[in-house]
Amino acid sequence: MDAADIAIRNTTYRLFVENGSAPSAADVATAAGIALADAEAAWKRLHDAHAIVLQPDAVELRMANPFSAVPTAYRVHAGGRSWYANCAWDAFGVCAALHTDGHIDTTCPECGEAIECEVRDGQPVDKQLLFHCLVPAAQWWDDIVFT
Amino acid sequence: MNLFRSEEHINRWLNGRAPGSTLSVEKLNALAQAWWGSRLAPDWQPRSRAEGAAILISLGLADSFWTLP
Repeated sequence: MDAADIAIRNTTYRLFVENGSAPSAADVATAAGIALADAEAAWKRLHDAHAIVLQPDAVELRMANPFSAVPTAYRVHAGGRSWYANCAWDAFGVCAALHTDGHIDTTCPECGEAIECEVRDGQPVDKQLLFHCLVPAAQWWDDIVFT
Repeated sequence: MNLFRSEEHINRWLNGRAPGSTLSVEKLNALAQAWWGSRLAPDWQPRSRAEGAAILISLGLADSFWTLP
């Protein structure tokens, strides 16, 4: 991954944070002052390097971990804005990446009951909650969306 | 990678599948801080496998389940 691709990666993340939603390749191209085809080519290389995740059938963002480009069960509110996170780990990761407290809304995948978790002073307030990771680390990138 | 209220909810959700790894939410938060804390840093660089493994090991996640490929 060269410096130019890292710059595109950073622009992608910056727009994601600022807008609260995933940028398009055209958005990134405009912000970076490059051609759309060059932005798309950079995204494909970043996807291959696991720096972002693209949709399987289009040059569109699926993940810029910990942020999700599509609605998920994990909604994170922080600093007056909101983002979807890819999973529970990423939900806490949004607060960690932003270096801010926040509020995580989700539901129990077993019973559907709402779970709300406040992150205050960098720590979860409800300490009774549990995290379960089903897929071993060695297999995370076999199917990152399922993971 | 989900949040649950209790072990009972996890076991019912597994529904016979082999369990993975269960962590306290405090450990999860520590993992998130260590894993994602530099994600938006302007000097971000790709993390090597060794660097990722070191984060996991530093949090006591050193068994085969948490071994990166």
